[in-house]
Amino acid sequence: MTAHVDQGDPTAVSKPDVSAENTRPTVSPGRRDPDVADISVRGLWKVFGTARTATRVPTTPELAAMSRSELRDRTGCLAAVCDLDFDVAPGEVFVVMGLSGSGKSTLVRCLTRLIEPTAGTITIQGEDITRMGDRALRELRRNKVSMVFQHFGLLPHRRVIENVAFGLEIRGMSRAERMRRATEVIELVGLDGYQQSYPEQLSGGMQQRVGLARALAGDPGVMLFDEPFSALDPLIRRDMQQEVIRLHREVGKTMVFITHDLSEALKLGDRILIMRDGRTVQVGTGPELVGAPADDYVRDFVREVPRSQVLTLEWIMREAVPADDMSGRELAPDVVVRDAVRAVLESTAPVKVVRDGRLLGVVGDPEILRVVAGS
Amino acid sequence: MARAARVYRRPGRLTLLLGILVGWLVLYAVLKGTDTISLAPSDVTSLHTRLNDLNTSVGDNRNSNPFFLYFINEIQVGATHFITFLQNLLSQPSGTRPVPVVGWLGVVVIMTVIAGRFGNWRVAVLAAAGFLFLGLQGLWQPSMDTLALTIAAVVICVLIGIPLGVLVAQYRGFERVITPVLDLMQTMPTFVYLLPLTLLFLIGPATGVIAMVIYAMPPVIRLTAHGLQAVSTETVEAGRSLGSTRPQQLAKIMLPMARRTIIIGVNQTIMAALSMVTIAALVAAPGLGQTVLQALESQDVGTAFNAGLAIVVLAVVLDRVTTAASERARATDHARTRLRADPRWRRGADLVALIVTAVAVYLSYTYQLFAAFPDHLAIGGTRLGLDLGTHIESWTSSATSWAQRDLGSITGPIKNGVTYHALNPLQNLLDSSPWWLTFIAIVATAFVLGGRWAALIAATCLGLVVGTGLWQDSMDTLAATLIATVVVVVLGVMFGVWMGRNARADWGIRPFLDALQVMPAFVYLVPFVALFGATRFTGIVAAVLYAAPVAIKIVADGIRGVPAETVEAAGSSGCSTWQVITKVQLPMSVRSLALATNQGLIYVLAMVVVAGLVGGGALGFDVVAGFSQSSLFGKGLAAGAAIVLLGIALDRVTQSAARRAGGHVSHRAT
Ligand SMILES: Nc1ncnc2c1ncn2[C@@H]1O[C@H](COP(=O)(O)OP(=O)(O)OP(=O)(O)O)[C@@H](O)[C@H]1O
Ligand SMILES: [Mg+2]
Repeated sequence: MTAHVDQGDPTAVSKPDVSAENTRPTVSPGRRDPDVADISVRGLWKVFGTARTATRVPTTPELAAMSRSELRDRTGCLAAVCDLDFDVAPGEVFVVMGLSGSGKSTLVRCLTRLIEPTAGTITIQGEDITRMGDRALRELRRNKVSMVFQHFGLLPHRRVIENVAFGLEIRGMSRAERMRRATEVIELVGLDGYQQSYPEQLSGGMQQRVGLARALAGDPGVMLFDEPFSALDPLIRRDMQQEVIRLHREVGKTMVFITHDLSEALKLGDRILIMRDGRTVQVGTGPELVGAPADDYVRDFVREVPRSQVLTLEWIMREAVPADDMSGRELAPDVVVRDAVRAVLESTAPVKVVRDGRLLGVVGDPEILRVVAGS
Repeated sequence: MARAARVYRRPGRLTLLLGILVGWLVLYAVLKGTDTISLAPSDVTSLHTRLNDLNTSVGDNRNSNPFFLYFINEIQVGATHFITFLQNLLSQPSGTRPVPVVGWLGVVVIMTVIAGRFGNWRVAVLAAAGFLFLGLQGLWQPSMDTLALTIAAVVICVLIGIPLGVLVAQYRGFERVITPVLDLMQTMPTFVYLLPLTLLFLIGPATGVIAMVIYAMPPVIRLTAHGLQAVSTETVEAGRSLGSTRPQQLAKIMLPMARRTIIIGVNQTIMAALSMVTIAALVAAPGLGQTVLQALESQDVGTAFNAGLAIVVLAVVLDRVTTAASERARATDHARTRLRADPRWRRGADLVALIVTAVAVYLSYTYQLFAAFPDHLAIGGTRLGLDLGTHIESWTSSATSWAQRDLGSITGPIKNGVTYHALNPLQNLLDSSPWWLTFIAIVATAFVLGGRWAALIAATCLGLVVGTGLWQDSMDTLAATLIATVVVVVLGVMFGVWMGRNARADWGIRPFLDALQVMPAFVYLVPFVALFGATRFTGIVAAVLYAAPVAIKIVADGIRGVPAETVEAAGSSGCSTWQVITKVQLPMSVRSLALATNQGLIYVLAMVVVAGLVGGGALGFDVVAGFSQSSLFGKGLAAGAAIVLLGIALDRVTQSAARRAGGHVSHRAT
């Protein structure tokens, strides 16, 4: 995983000297310590096709190594998700990105076995999902993990409040109690006053708020989002993103968020996993992806990104040389370039990048200008 | 274009057909009257006697054989009880009461309230008016008998059909098994299974209802399955993601979301059941069907028309009410009406309706005036006649005699022309040739048209027809079928081309076609019996009217399917309208033409049999006689088999011919 970061390309913004181990930005790998992770996925496969052939694919090295199209031509099976490994920390927003057909929806549905994985293990809050029986799985879905869908998946014959309370009703909660809880959540997502409406009387954005409220109602620890805002127009989408950020701040859930919109990913995600044809291409924070794209696929993704808003100083600093004027200001390595522009350009001396009192490098006018001009 | 051209470039086939015809005619002239297989109406063959014996032995053993004792008889008794219960409620004297439990006032109010509660106030008014009209027609009791039968059939259909629909929606394998069965249930002429059913369930209302159930169940199964399958996968997934169990998904998500489609299925089931009431009357099911049937047999056009009208009124009311209910079940309407009406207000309205209904039912239970529909009202000294029915009957009768007297100069020549110049010669050729000659000629024709397989199937079916001993009757039925089909295809092309080319014509004509298709088949016969008497010709006309709408619609769709660009290209290269039609549009819709012919044949065949009741004779008559005379039971069964065999042969040959002409004929056309 970490190797990706090293394959920086020459056109990328200047990067810290590779040899200077200590100054390298910390790269967050896909795998973390499974004991502290909320969700931990190992060797996950989903192969669509006849059951017999499909189960053979992950275990046969020759088949497992094939590309998706090769596999389809050879066996007629479609490998939607291939050998994924990743961990999501408690309270983290983990974003999965990829082009259409790259297997994002399949992946997120495998997490609660709405789609049955072909191979691999999934651990959520310490429990192995892949070994659960039907009853345990239902309990998990009722209490621990909930999901928000692209086209909302609301019930048209029920009022908003009944939609929100649906999951609670399924659990067998009493009517009075679930209505009370539903009212609370409806307030939380800003839909107060629409309790008695029917879904189709609401705009798309409001309908998705209902979807959000329904997912929140059961107070799950983990929330899954499958492109929840793709069907909304841009302005509403921005509102809803703000809403998720606010909710995340208020309720602090672990979130797995599927999107194909990079700006959404950068805005929401602590870390981003980029998928292509079912496989991981790169996992990392926004600046890591922008600063050191693993390959052309990722580079294509991040091309349009305004770098100055994503990259931090540690990604553009250079090593201090004796000739440097060391009288400049000190800034932290995780300051976003845009916020440092003024400080750097106003002084003649380069800005010193300092962490815990240790000098990591310096950023002068040329470094800043390269980023700002490049974006 | 290329395909069509191939059809026209094959003079070989036409020459061959002509050759067969000439050879047949020559041999016919020489051998006429020899080696024919004919059977007088009351004669039977040994096969028929054996079938009679089967009937007798079933009758003798039905109380000892475990299959009957624990299965068939249970069904029969259960169905009979259910029907009797409904009849006691609605139509027949119950227990010591000389009148049913709920009198006319009760029924009218109940229907109105149901229509208003689940539909809207407009259909509530329609329901009230319609049911009162039934009473005014003097047909209250038979109408209620029919209603009772229909309710019985529909309740059974719904109780069995919805769960089956759920299974179909959930299990692919089950769907694959049941689809051909449903196809068969809908396409097989009802006549065919009616007689075997009596073998199992005896003559009586139970058999009538079971036949109605067989015919009427497929729509509710299909539409339930369809409605469930159409529920968006994401919504179901959302339900699963919240941890719902399978029964919860079904009850709380899928069924409510499919509600509207299911109600449409129930609507179609009701219509199908109603269209069967006359046929069910053949096995002594009571009600309007009986009235129509008896009137047709005694050629009492006035009574037949009045009763036929009652069936139509019943059908219209039930159709409108269920349609309104299905529209109301649409979620948008749902949202609107629900929001407007405060739940408390709604509950109040429901309560009022309930009280009014209870009062009406009580009145109709207690007072003679509200129990049996009165034929007149005496208010003070004035007498108000309520017997609209007798007026309708006498108007119809006088219209009929006028038509027979004064239109005779028009209808007579038409009838005689067709009978003497088309029907009789064809019938003679088919049934007075030596049977082997006809056999060979037909198989050869099948070979030329449809190839080896078609010929083989035709030969097998005809061979079996010979075995039934009803060769002559079969050939007579075949003659009438062929003539009617020719007319159907001609009409199909004429109107189909017109409608296909002209959207306004389509808009204007289509409702009439729909009406012709949903009207119970027997109602067709009434005016034609009036005009042409009980003759074979009447049967042919009725069959044409029954089958033409299907053929017209298929051709119209085919013509419309020709790409507009191709038509424009032809026009721009200087084709006249006539040339565009004959050289572009018709050849390019050859598939639809073939399909129209195929479906036309099947529909005609189903109706020619019904027409057997009104003088059409031949196989239809044999089947009908099988119901009324136990000595002819076996012959009736054999005639039913012969109809199926003819149907299979005609279907296969036209399908193969169609495939050769450039397209596979799918069986489900409409
Ligand atoms: N039930 C299925 N059977 C067979 N193939 C499937 C099935 N579901 C998905 N696929 C295939 O798996 C691949 C991944 O699909 P998936 O829906 O996960 O992609 P996605 O990344 O969510 O795309 P999008 O952005 O369009 O939603 C696609 O090629 C799709 O055709
Ligand atoms: Mg998707």
